[in-house]
Amino acid sequence: MLPLHYYLIVSAALFAIGLAGALTRRNAIIALIGIELMLNAANLNFIAFWRYGSRPEALTGVMFVIFSIGVAAAEAAVGLALIIAIYRHYKTTNLDEIDSLKG
Amino acid sequence: MFEAIDQIFVALKHWVVGQFPAAWQPLGSVFLSIIPILAVFPLLFAITTIVERKTLGRIQNRLGPNRVGPFGLLQPVADGLKSLTKEDIVPYAADQVVHFLAPIALIVPVLLAFSVLPVGRNMVPIDLDAGLLFFFAVGAGSELAVFMAGWSSRNKYSLLGAMRAIAQMVSYELPLILSSVTVVMLVGSLSTVKIVEAQGEAYGWLLKWHVFTPWGLAGFLLFMIAAAAESNRTPFDIPEGESEIIAGYLVEYSGFKFALFFLGEYLGLFAVSSLAITLFLGGWHAPFSFLEWIPSYLWFFGKLSAFIMLFIWLRGTLPRLRMDQLMNLAWKFMLPMCLINIVVAAMWHFTAHWQFVGAVLCRWLLCGAAIGVPYLWLGDALFGEKKLAKRTYRFAD
Amino acid sequence: MVTTFVILTIVTLVSAIAAMSLRNLVHCALCLVLTFAGLAAFYLQLNAQFVGFAQILVYVGAVAILIVFAMLLTRNVDSTRQAILSPSWGVGIVGALLVFGAIVLSILCSTMVHRPALSETQVTVLAIGEQLMTNYVLPLEVIALLLTAAMIGAVIIALHEPTSESSAVQNPRLEPSVPSVPNPAQVPRTDHP
Repeated sequence: MLPLHYYLIVSAALFAIGLAGALTRRNAIIALIGIELMLNAANLNFIAFWRYGSRPEALTGVMFVIFSIGVAAAEAAVGLALIIAIYRHYKTTNLDEIDSLKG
Repeated sequence: MFEAIDQIFVALKHWVVGQFPAAWQPLGSVFLSIIPILAVFPLLFAITTIVERKTLGRIQNRLGPNRVGPFGLLQPVADGLKSLTKEDIVPYAADQVVHFLAPIALIVPVLLAFSVLPVGRNMVPIDLDAGLLFFFAVGAGSELAVFMAGWSSRNKYSLLGAMRAIAQMVSYELPLILSSVTVVMLVGSLSTVKIVEAQGEAYGWLLKWHVFTPWGLAGFLLFMIAAAAESNRTPFDIPEGESEIIAGYLVEYSGFKFALFFLGEYLGLFAVSSLAITLFLGGWHAPFSFLEWIPSYLWFFGKLSAFIMLFIWLRGTLPRLRMDQLMNLAWKFMLPMCLINIVVAAMWHFTAHWQFVGAVLCRWLLCGAAIGVPYLWLGDALFGEKKLAKRTYRFAD
Repeated sequence: MVTTFVILTIVTLVSAIAAMSLRNLVHCALCLVLTFAGLAAFYLQLNAQFVGFAQILVYVGAVAILIVFAMLLTRNVDSTRQAILSPSWGVGIVGALLVFGAIVLSILCSTMVHRPALSETQVTVLAIGEQLMTNYVLPLEVIALLLTAAMIGAVIIALHEPTSESSAVQNPRLEPSVPSVPNPAQVPRTDHP
């Protein structure tokens, strides 16, 4: 088996990539993808810690990831619905142009 | 004797693997599991194309292909040669890379799906603990391939066809999974091998196939409707409806790539039919215990052929649905029926300890009513107002 | 084992970078699918079979399809002309690098780097199911409620607003507003997104 920190570093790199994308891209959908990547990086951490933990038979990491996948699916659905609604209103998905609070 | 014939392929594989040097044996075993899949199912595809064209020809009162070879039986060879030698046209505006990758992205998941289907006693490439989940997971990959094909062609018909296909596949994946959940509940395992084993016991001479129970019968019918929609077969073939959007996402494909799409579609049909057999029709088991001497793989492929003939028959008989009818059927009818069916399966399970005389009949009546009454009520509520009447034409008369 | 890990790492990270940096939105989504598949392979490598398949089923089969649909429904009229990065992109990149550095530093300094993997535990689906129905039954119910609420919410948010002809009389508030900055480039293109 590989040492634990290999997986943790991969997960950290994935998190940083997602963060960079979410902070720098102008398109709202790409920003949402960045957030999904960060969530997935956290999931990889959970699985790695579960596998290398002291009580893998307790299944804590697996359970957390299963629920996290469920929450991520809900998040993606609502987030994309919001983006579509905003697009209908402003005719753009550029995050820098959606800056008025007046609706 | 019968056992030897039944296990002949397994024994052959063990013998061939034994000839390899010890270090190569695991790899050899893997290859000998993959090669039969790659050989048998594409061959079945070739046979299916000619049978389908012949049968459709008979249904439509014509002969079908009859020029190449005796009775036209070599037509698949000619078709294959034609598609291999045809020019591969890629549209100028197409997204070259995605356009190239789409057929591969369709064919690989479909072939992967076959790796968890038991085609005979001890004849399964891998017995995964989460086999059914694996099947549905790789099936999800084919939706993306359809999108890649439709989007990369830069053609409005392609894109429309792809959107229709994805909408249809996503909608019907739900009933497909929910109707197989009942089997998982009653068997208590996601492994396809265990599901087949659970259907091997017999009451007297009749085997315990899941289709012989009320929830199994309802689940099987729902599964088959969803399966026809998943594999884009008539009456659910609007993504490729030739008369509306020419051929949907396949429009800009020619030559060998088109043949790959065609192959992928038929392999998907075989895979989902095999899953129906595995889940509801006893897998490789015979229906009656006194017929168990017939080799298991013959039973499996016999059932599969029956399914293929059924789909050809449906294609020759039924007209195409409209998009709104398709969505209404999936969300307003199939989904509630699948959810009710899960409850019925639970009722069947919790009445299993009834011992009095006529208990089985009582359970059948109870569960049949629990699935039949909602069926009649839902059908009446959704389709009741539309009485069939003589069609009037406003402009043609 | 190491070879598989290296290949998976390269595939996952390169496709993640591509998903965040390509100009064409659909290419981004397809690269994202590759990232998800790579992560699923990581889960399989860590003996979490069920989670790996669930990852593919949910992310490739549902989330990626949703994203692709959203991209097609919101085609960006100016995607080829404007910069894809926001003006303050330097801050974002530096911030992400700082976060990465901090996490890696803390990983390498901690003592758990030397923690050995325990024996090969194969987690069965049966065990997961039993846990879900006993210890984790409340989170399961909550997530079911959450998913239902999310589905209803998504449908309501994305429902068509009434068009101006039908709603102008009854409810002028629902009229679709014009873009704040009128821009000749924002005429919808007739060709492919």
